[in-house]
Amino acid sequence: MDTLYTDLLCIGAGLAGERVAVEAASQGFKATCLSIVPPRRSHSSAAQGGMQAALGNACMGEGDCPDIHFADTVRGSDWGCDQAVARLFSETAPMAVREMAFWGIPWNRVVAGRSTYFKAGRQYEKVELEEKEGLITARDFGGTAKWRTCYTSDGTGHTLLFTMDNMIVKLGVTVHDRVEAISLIHDGQSCMGAVARCLKTGKLRVYLARATLIATGGYGRLYRETTNAVINDGGGAIIALDTGVVPLGNMEAVQFHPTGIVPTNILVTEGCRGDGGTLKDVNGDRFMQIYEPGKQELASRDVVSRWMMHHIRQGMGVKSAYGDHLWLDIRHLGAHHIKTKLREVEEICHKFLGIDPVTQMIPVRPAQHYSMGGVRTNKDGTVYGLKGFFAAGEAACWDMHGFNRLGGNSLAETIVAGRIVGEKIAEFLQGMETDFKTSCVRSTVRRDRERIDRIIDGKDGKENLYELRNAMQDELMERVGIFRTGENLKRAVENLQVIHDRARHIGIRSSGPGANPELSLALRFRGMVRLALCVAYGALMRTESRGCHAREDYSERNDRDWLRRTLATWKEGEALPTLTYEPNSKIWEIPPGERGYGSCKIICSQDPAVCGITEDLPEHN
Amino acid sequence: MERILKFNIFRYTPVDPESTPHMQSFQLEETDSMTLYIALNHIREQQDPSLQFDFCCRAGICGSCAMLINGRPDLACHTKTKDLPSEITLMPLPVFKLIGDLSVDTGSWFRGMNERVESWIHTDKIFDPEAPEEPMTNQLAEEIYELERCIECGCCVAACGKANMREDFMGAVAFNRIARFMLDPRDERTNTEYFELVGTDEGIFGCLGLLGCEDVCPKDIPLQDQLGTLRRKMGWNAVQHLFSRIISR
Repeated sequence: MDTLYTDLLCIGAGLAGERVAVEAASQGFKATCLSIVPPRRSHSSAAQGGMQAALGNACMGEGDCPDIHFADTVRGSDWGCDQAVARLFSETAPMAVREMAFWGIPWNRVVAGRSTYFKAGRQYEKVELEEKEGLITARDFGGTAKWRTCYTSDGTGHTLLFTMDNMIVKLGVTVHDRVEAISLIHDGQSCMGAVARCLKTGKLRVYLARATLIATGGYGRLYRETTNAVINDGGGAIIALDTGVVPLGNMEAVQFHPTGIVPTNILVTEGCRGDGGTLKDVNGDRFMQIYEPGKQELASRDVVSRWMMHHIRQGMGVKSAYGDHLWLDIRHLGAHHIKTKLREVEEICHKFLGIDPVTQMIPVRPAQHYSMGGVRTNKDGTVYGLKGFFAAGEAACWDMHGFNRLGGNSLAETIVAGRIVGEKIAEFLQGMETDFKTSCVRSTVRRDRERIDRIIDGKDGKENLYELRNAMQDELMERVGIFRTGENLKRAVENLQVIHDRARHIGIRSSGPGANPELSLALRFRGMVRLALCVAYGALMRTESRGCHAREDYSERNDRDWLRRTLATWKEGEALPTLTYEPNSKIWEIPPGERGYGSCKIICSQDPAVCGITEDLPEHN
Repeated sequence: MERILKFNIFRYTPVDPESTPHMQSFQLEETDSMTLYIALNHIREQQDPSLQFDFCCRAGICGSCAMLINGRPDLACHTKTKDLPSEITLMPLPVFKLIGDLSVDTGSWFRGMNERVESWIHTDKIFDPEAPEEPMTNQLAEEIYELERCIECGCCVAACGKANMREDFMGAVAFNRIARFMLDPRDERTNTEYFELVGTDEGIFGCLGLLGCEDVCPKDIPLQDQLGTLRRKMGWNAVQHLFSRIISR
């Protein structure tokens, strides 16, 4: 058994994981990253539109500052976020963007003088200031008061990831790609590293680390229709939940993006609407102005997705072999804009739809996109429940997004949280020693070996892996999607419990040595069903509507009872997660109120600690 | 009438002593809008779960799924079956080390490439968290982005006659990367320093000029222009060097 030692083990080498590793390595610690794909193929690369930071260089962002970014983030979260974290985030983001510029990002820049832009389908003029010429510019995104989203065309995630990995190469950080962590090594008190499986050879390996980080991204692949890469199946959350002591936060908070293309669910960026693109229905008419007269197409994602599905339910969708869809129209932005600022969108339309977005509309429908929930940490990135264990990025519930993330805030989170958590880990490594208990290592390895052998030998049964996976994905898609009801959620929980039980009896059909893709999925699958149960059960118990969690049977946002974060742990042998709750924020800089879009009834909090600092309580409406 | 597609797929798992390289055939009914991503997953889930291939973003962005499709390197995810004949032969990319079937180890190769060209901004400056960013014209930012669009899929390397003959040839991807940093004023390397990295037989002088790289680049990056620019600048650098020697005599 190969056993490797490192100061910091980063499980996941996307933007968040690599940013943490860069910080630790810069401070002289040995960092090792594990990644199931070569790091530059991580899903961070697929983020297109940009990264929010209140630089205020663009004229449409004039006067912007972290206070406004903070307020937008809190409103976007539907007051579900931790306000101390959102504050820390918005204050750090401008510097983080500049640091990325220093490391080589070719951010689009301010061009002084007159230019035109589109909003809600109409053309306007703006004048960029001479003194801002050449500084980092920004585009408009949903749910924001200012143009704040910094970008490199629509390949922002790609340039950030390549630049970050350049830093990894420069600093000589070890990256083991095609390696999947399948268990954490811990004694119920401290985390000591992980057991990992090499996806080139199929061999197991032990990584011992003084600090271990989960940065494996989201769990979108629990859903059938998702914009997420095929690797986003919640691997890090699975092994954290498996410990029995680490809680996952707000797993029911799952975002649907308005513009996944039909039928493949590939994302086209929010930048399309930010730059003035419009949504249209079967008659070729715009409709968002009916529902959201203020923000229109640029309300937050949860709100736009809901109205789109509502409009389709009203019979206004376009019929297709792949179900009803709507149109995204960017034709009026013109060929030059599309070919320079929306290059990936143009390519995706040509290659995957066979259409030209300069002359044709794009078929779109909301698709699962982002996991606000994840491994619960405090504001330093320290995971609840185990010492020496950290999480960052989409895999974490840090919790700056609450119940809805704003576009452009996820790339920003990876960079900002990576920086902050990296510093905290370096502090931790400075002062702490970890005792590696060989008994823990041996028992974890033994358990994983047994698990693998049983699956290969087919000792537990012959259940078909792919059929079960499809059943799980359908369950979440049909009953735990954009609109939710108690009845549907209850059925989803029951059906998922059956799948969870059947997953015990998976027998694989391929047994050859090597990576064996079927075995990889089989090892992960039961954990995936557990995550699905955390999502569905958390959603069932949350009897209110908040952000992306829209209960048709509880349509009010209930601040009286539900300014709480769900914490899910899984005790060995149980059939359901154990749910507990904690206050979602201790600091209330902005007391709960109207978001300004996505009208919904509010049951007000009476807690003076929450709303006591304001005179005028938000009214019932 | 839907076509029945015949796939001939290369099979071999080097870590399995019982495995031998061979071609295996699969048949599949073509469906509307079918891509090789859909087709290969269908084959794995319905016919042979041991089949190895790589997909990640399945949107042409991450570069995971490059393979030889009827002999030509391309991304499988954005290749539609309707653009192919009914018989489709899939092979792993050459040059890269085989992991199994259609899956190759691009990760190690590209890490090596990035180390060789020192693919990062070289500067003596220290980041000042309080200072505003250095200005740059938007036009230059867009020119850098144009070259930064490379996704390291490996198609240009697989299509390169020289890289197929000579293991240490750096390939168009490396020249493009150097060209990207030469454009970038934040990188303080001199032309001489850049040319020390690529001005060799394994570098720009090893190129046979076949330009398969540019033909197959799925991101349409102007690779030929980068090679031309590097050679021209290199030549000019050499002439300047010669002149300064003559003058100093």
